[in-house]
Amino acid sequence: MTLFNRLIASSALVLTAGLLLAGPAAASQLRIGLQQEPTSLDPTADATASIDGMLAHNVYESLTTVNEAGEVLPNLAESWTISDDGLTYTFTLVEGAIFHDGSAFDADDVKFSFDRAMAEDSTNPSKSIFKPIESVTVIDPRTVEVKLKQKDAFLLFNLAQGDASILAPETVDGAATKPVGTGPFAFNSWTRGDRLVLKKFEDYRDADKVSVDTVEFRFISDPAAASAALLSEELDAFPGFPAPELLPQFEADPRFNVVIGSTEGEVILAINNAKPPFDDIRVRRAISHAIDRDEIIDGAMYGRAVPIGSFYPPHGAAYVDLTDAYPHDTEKARALFGEAGVSGATMTLRLPPFPYAARAGEIIQAELAEAGIDAKIENVEWGFWLDEVYKKLNYDMTIIAHTSPNDMGNFARGKSYFYGFEDPEFNELWARIETEADPNKRNALLAEGQNFVTDQAVHGFLFQLPKLAVIRDGVSGFWTSSPVLFQPLADVGWSE
Amino acid sequence: MQYFLFRRTIGFVLTLLAVSVIVFAVMNVLPGDPALTILGLDSTEDARAALRRELGLDAPVASRYLEWMSGAVHGEFGQSYAWSAPVGELIAERLPLTLSLALSGMLFTLLLGLVMGVLAAADHRRFGDWGVMFISQLGIALPAFWLSILLVLLFAVKLRWLPPGGFPGWDEPLAAIRSLVLPTIALGLVQSAVLARVTRSAALEIMRQDFVRTARAAGLGRSRVLWRHVLPNALVPIVTIIGMQFAALVTGTIIIENVFYLPGLGRLTFQAIANRDLFTVQALVMMFTAIVIAGNFIVDVAYLLIDPRLKGRMR
Repeated sequence: MTLFNRLIASSALVLTAGLLLAGPAAASQLRIGLQQEPTSLDPTADATASIDGMLAHNVYESLTTVNEAGEVLPNLAESWTISDDGLTYTFTLVEGAIFHDGSAFDADDVKFSFDRAMAEDSTNPSKSIFKPIESVTVIDPRTVEVKLKQKDAFLLFNLAQGDASILAPETVDGAATKPVGTGPFAFNSWTRGDRLVLKKFEDYRDADKVSVDTVEFRFISDPAAASAALLSEELDAFPGFPAPELLPQFEADPRFNVVIGSTEGEVILAINNAKPPFDDIRVRRAISHAIDRDEIIDGAMYGRAVPIGSFYPPHGAAYVDLTDAYPHDTEKARALFGEAGVSGATMTLRLPPFPYAARAGEIIQAELAEAGIDAKIENVEWGFWLDEVYKKLNYDMTIIAHTSPNDMGNFARGKSYFYGFEDPEFNELWARIETEADPNKRNALLAEGQNFVTDQAVHGFLFQLPKLAVIRDGVSGFWTSSPVLFQPLADVGWSE
Repeated sequence: MQYFLFRRTIGFVLTLLAVSVIVFAVMNVLPGDPALTILGLDSTEDARAALRRELGLDAPVASRYLEWMSGAVHGEFGQSYAWSAPVGELIAERLPLTLSLALSGMLFTLLLGLVMGVLAAADHRRFGDWGVMFISQLGIALPAFWLSILLVLLFAVKLRWLPPGGFPGWDEPLAAIRSLVLPTIALGLVQSAVLARVTRSAALEIMRQDFVRTARAAGLGRSRVLWRHVLPNALVPIVTIIGMQFAALVTGTIIIENVFYLPGLGRLTFQAIANRDLFTVQALVMMFTAIVIAGNFIVDVAYLLIDPRLKGRMR
């Protein structure tokens, strides 16, 4: 027995020898947790949302920017004029902007960045936002003229996005690993698989307004690990917290604030409209009647989401509440399935690997079963989903969040888009929305669009993806809602 | 002996070659388009086509394989699509963590497993034996990721003794060691439980033999008999298990790295497959294969050292 005791004593000694408490983080440092790590750091060449989340409007800037309410504000362009025909935008650029490598920002950088995104061999993930642009001309170092082929109501909003970041020709080649922009923070280091560090750019034109010196992003994909990192104070904020079920412990803990906001992400039960029997509107309406949004939100999001009845975010100016268009009514659903002759049919639900999809899928499966449909769940991996569901339309139904702003145009992308939906009337309506410059008229058209897709029951519209954030008490300035993928950190800091 | 080495080397090369063909074929059959994964849902078809051209994905599979192969022979493992960096660089920056973790896990397994196993055998059918058997049963039953979460909750969240995850790199040795303590325990505990059980039964087997009784009768002390005579003779089955465990430890890091968000090869493998990053997956799978084969080879050589009688049978 003495052997045992000695063993236990010595191993305890070995363990405690290595245990030294870590000191608290300096106040001018901000440690932010992110679930998704990008593989490249160039927002103009890779669609990964966390690139924009970390770098857009922090390291990079664009001509315009967007505030938390989704309103367009000046940025690298301090002002602009629009010609009467709506086809010529003249941007006056801000004075004193410098790239982090010390070179000055001017109109040539704007032309270079836009030409690169518009080029034939461009691999910009949002190439479509540059489609309306005819040409970009440098008038003088502080003036750029952008000529359009057709009017574009979303141009100024789109130019604020990370895809339209302004890069310098001298440093563009290293953009995938060493981003150089004009923003309030300069890129410092990236330890792949672990963290990315930004340092305040002392020569930033508004450097006085930036309150933190260092921003450290830590990549933690596992929700339980994310929660442990917060609880052990290794992180100051987790703005896109992945697990609604873990929030109560943070709400009960005075060290943290839990903030629940909105995003541009509409979660839908997407239906392959091109494939029988889903080309029959009765079948699609039956599905809409069969689903119970409250039950889905309770089960999939632990009650922390807002239901939607169409394809438009509830916080948007043009929102119309259509959640009662197809009230949950199992009998009616059963009758409509019967009318269409598909009672007892088997349908598949191909689900991407996201918790909201897996959880909502099981509930929808049960709800469809009550309405007499045998729904088979297939959980597939993301690459498979992209290829089979998104590209080849090889599916019946799926669950997916559409996270881009102003994306109602998806319904005008024709039969080859994975909705398999095409309606000339809607295409014409969307063309009018895209070119309508007057906000009030545009909102009226957007309301018309919401009614249209709901009336056609193109998809089952489920809920708006919430933005769940856990933030240390004392940290201020994080946006509650996300109208865009980026989060400017210049205003974020520790309050005394 | 020379023939033995020659045969093993040929086998090694052939296995790697077969693995490379299989990975290439599987990655090509697998649905998924790297260009679509990189550019996302809103990308236009012409942007994706441009990226596929840029990455060389439009060339036929066979010619891509041959091109990769001719590079690999020169030690060039290709350029990663997703990371736009040489695959060798990606692996080199992650290797120190995974290797440290696998080795510390192995060390932990050996220390705990061998000591517990021998002690249990020495204390056969008494308290120490039952204690070890009970704890090792528990250890085998615990899933590693669940154990990890419990360890983090206790030592990182509650007691705040150790970090809940992350790895600062070997530039800060003390912090690096601290961050490896919990992952090492989570990784090694299950394996050491298995090893303890195997060691115990192997030692018991030997202890029943006459020479042990003779040694005791000749006046040798209990612990001297145990460590100098019983353990060396019980090593053949133990080494066999250790060889298998080494492979399990290397691959086990994949789960552990995720739970402790460590920047190792496991997470790289995960991300590379999700991104359909062919060359990275290719190089990783080949490396894991090489490690496992090397582990088996070391075990074979170890047999010779433990039991010289086997030399004649090594062909």
